[in-house]
Amino acid sequence: MASRRERRKPEGKVRDHLSLVIVGHVDHGKSTLVGRLLHETGSLPEGKVEAVEAMCRRRGMPFEWAFVTDAFQAERDQGVTIDVSHIRFTTEARHFLLLDAPGHREFLKNMVTGAASADAALLVIDAEEGVREQSRRHGYLLSLIGVRQVVVAVNKMDLIGCDAQRYASIEAGYRAYLAGIGIVPAHVVPVSARTGANLTAPTRDMSWYAGPTLLQAIESLQPSPPLHDLPLRFPVQDVYKFDARRIIAGRIESGRLGVGDTVLFSPSNKTAKVKSIEGWHVPGPIFEASAGQSIGVTLDDQTFIERGEVISHILKPPMETNVFHGRVFWLGDEPLRAGARYTLKLHTLATAVTVQEIERVVDPTDLSTTKSDKVERFAMAEVILRARALLALDPFLDNAATGRFVLFDGYIPVGGGTIGMQGYPDQRELVTVRSTNVTEVVHRVSHAAREARAGHRGAVIWLTGLSGAGKSTLAMEVERRLFAKGYNVYVLDGDNVRRGLNANLGFTADDRAENIRRVGEVAALFADAGFVCITAFISPYRTDRERARRAAMEKFHEIYVDADLAICEQRDPKGLYARARAGEIKDFTGISAPYEAPETPELAVRTSDRGVDECVGDIIAYVERALSFSRTSE
Amino acid sequence: MWYPASSGLESDRCNRRRPRGAGKARPYYSLVILYNRPVLELGKVPPDDQRPRAEPPPAKMTHLDKLESLSIYVIREAFSRIPNLAMLWSLGKDSNVMVWLAKKAFFGHVPFPLLHIDTGRKFPEMYAFRDRYAREWGLNLIIGDCPPLEEMDSTLPLAARSAARKTAGLKKVLAERRFGGIFAGIRRDEEATRAKERVFSPRGEGSQWDFRNQPPEFWGQFMTEVPPGTHLRIHPILHWTELDVWQYIEREGIPVVELYFARSGKRYRSLGDKDITHPIASNAATIEEIVSELETTRIAERSGRAMDHEAEDSFERLRADGYM
Repeated sequence: MASRRERRKPEGKVRDHLSLVIVGHVDHGKSTLVGRLLHETGSLPEGKVEAVEAMCRRRGMPFEWAFVTDAFQAERDQGVTIDVSHIRFTTEARHFLLLDAPGHREFLKNMVTGAASADAALLVIDAEEGVREQSRRHGYLLSLIGVRQVVVAVNKMDLIGCDAQRYASIEAGYRAYLAGIGIVPAHVVPVSARTGANLTAPTRDMSWYAGPTLLQAIESLQPSPPLHDLPLRFPVQDVYKFDARRIIAGRIESGRLGVGDTVLFSPSNKTAKVKSIEGWHVPGPIFEASAGQSIGVTLDDQTFIERGEVISHILKPPMETNVFHGRVFWLGDEPLRAGARYTLKLHTLATAVTVQEIERVVDPTDLSTTKSDKVERFAMAEVILRARALLALDPFLDNAATGRFVLFDGYIPVGGGTIGMQGYPDQRELVTVRSTNVTEVVHRVSHAAREARAGHRGAVIWLTGLSGAGKSTLAMEVERRLFAKGYNVYVLDGDNVRRGLNANLGFTADDRAENIRRVGEVAALFADAGFVCITAFISPYRTDRERARRAAMEKFHEIYVDADLAICEQRDPKGLYARARAGEIKDFTGISAPYEAPETPELAVRTSDRGVDECVGDIIAYVERALSFSRTSE
Repeated sequence: MWYPASSGLESDRCNRRRPRGAGKARPYYSLVILYNRPVLELGKVPPDDQRPRAEPPPAKMTHLDKLESLSIYVIREAFSRIPNLAMLWSLGKDSNVMVWLAKKAFFGHVPFPLLHIDTGRKFPEMYAFRDRYAREWGLNLIIGDCPPLEEMDSTLPLAARSAARKTAGLKKVLAERRFGGIFAGIRRDEEATRAKERVFSPRGEGSQWDFRNQPPEFWGQFMTEVPPGTHLRIHPILHWTELDVWQYIEREGIPVVELYFARSGKRYRSLGDKDITHPIASNAATIEEIVSELETTRIAERSGRAMDHEAEDSFERLRADGYM
């Protein structure tokens, strides 16, 4: 005998599969809604309703639809769902996989587990109670996880007498909240799971409601589209050598890959050509593969490749960086702390990261933010993460698959997040060596001879600090006084360098990084020539300063010109803070771009607390101590 | 929106970065004739990715393609991260599909041992199947034996006690071989407690499953490391349904034990020990007929498995103790 769903299947049509996560505050009736929806669509197995009836009778309780889906003894005893159940049913339009996520606050990690694989979400709100903390928290979490298709069911309408006005105020309130986090619900539907109203058929009790039934609303949702139109991202999962073939295996996360394509490996920056796409028990040779497929390729040469590299085409590669912004949700028993180390899993890569800074903690119930040095369990925050080596990644908005990560503390997954790169440059440009056929020529004047003639060591005195901290003032005064003492000394100042050497650079993150790279290299040449080269640049990023240090090696001395932001803004010698506040200058350090203070500078001078003379005195004393021949340099 | 649109970085960065070699013009193949070599015709061999992408969009992945791809990803992920793996092979349809997926993942190879926990009470057809395909598929087969029924927890109902032998047999092999991970071909749609499983599911020192405190699992980042003395169960076909399994068997031509096909109005829908597994009424004698039977049935797959039906919680108790 054909079942209801079989009879309704239109001829010759293949139904899509859609996974739908159901979330909402505890006791807002999700499980009841699911049980009832399954019953109304004829999807329950034979005898299920009878079995639940018998069980409820045994326990001396009224019939409970939720038991149709609640599996565990423990759940039945506590009366709450404690994990994600996977329930399937089929309608005329498609096959549904319902992920019934729990409403209890402490079970949020299970909801994440369910929601992360869902195409869309069904948010359930209790009409009598209205929008509660969990309704907002779940909505916010959905937006973080990347679920953007949402249907809202306002349940238990029977308990408010199917009142149109109370419904309208709940609908308006929740729509406004969702709009604030970038979600526009596909539909908001007033229902009663207990009576079955508006689930699969409209009800006379709510004749004021003209929208779709809940079933029609969820049938209007679309499965997530494949990502083959985005640039190729093919993270290397493993390299196999079971036979004569050396196969690079992995799943194409986005884009398309063809035999004969020249591909780029990031972050190693190697290139190779795809010789073949391999398969076992496939109909014929494979010439092209695309997003979603788990494949294997061979290359035209034996390039050393390992897990964690990302294969792309040359023209649209991922970014390379060791520092980025993360919007995280935290699931760990212990809070996330600034300065703590975790294992970052990003596509197929696992590497240690340090939480450089917790920028702000977000309260999802009212979207307010606070500053804190820790993020408690189930809280959400914006942080800066730093790794030791370069990682290949994409901003989440460009490519979700290579733009999100999971943090592990030891063995345990403790949080997830999405990547933002605002204010941080792509470092690929900076590490790519283009000049080949260059051989270093040996000078016939030794470095020691130069230093002997100068009477002091060559050095880079690298001043870093906020705009207005006093770098240029200090640099020029130190230069004057060292010159008077007989030093060969020269200042490279930000504005001056930009008139010539760096006249072709602007103020984008990439250009600012290149600006600092050039200054670092030039300063290193000065130091090699036996000069004391003082640089006065904001140089906000640790990575850039570390690169400058590598250029000058042991001759590099980092001096942190430390002043509070408020004082710098008050000084504002060039009127830049005012313009940045007015929005005229983008990515202004301290205002709309980060400043990464040195962790272990050779010297720090606080210009907020002390006068120019005192600070200059400190620097001169340091220079004389560090650069004189009486002391061996460290 | 997520991030302030102020930086403008995301939109224009692609145009600016050209790694080494990107700008080099390469000659486009026209008509290349090499002595004693095949002729390459105009346009057939593109120089690199500079060519315009072939316009028709790639063939849409079918539902089975998607299931297969995720399973392969999971199997490869386990192989890459977990030392000393083994795959449970119960000889049933699900574990045959799982072995097949492993061969897909590793291009015809199965680079870890297959583990058959033998209760000694399987059907003769199953033993014949095992011996034939272990040879034909070139499998490294380990056969683990099970302790006698009398040694099992006597508070369990009879059939569940019988099933508990399999758990004990598995624990014995685990203790001997110290496997870091075991692939098991369970599916969420089979049974309610399996529905709550993770793909990478940690097991305690005595193989216990702490279903009240499972790690979150999302975005394809699995818990692949566990403390010493414990192990992981990896479930590569957790997201498949019984119908998916049969449709895939049909598509790929995967061999299965004959007992699944109806003889004299009865067939086995699920295969366990012969004394606690019962056939169902069915006339489905081919894979095609099984598929159409499953498309309409509302009877649970494991209805013929006595152990599932003795008490409300017997299966949950078995699984918490380490049953697959």
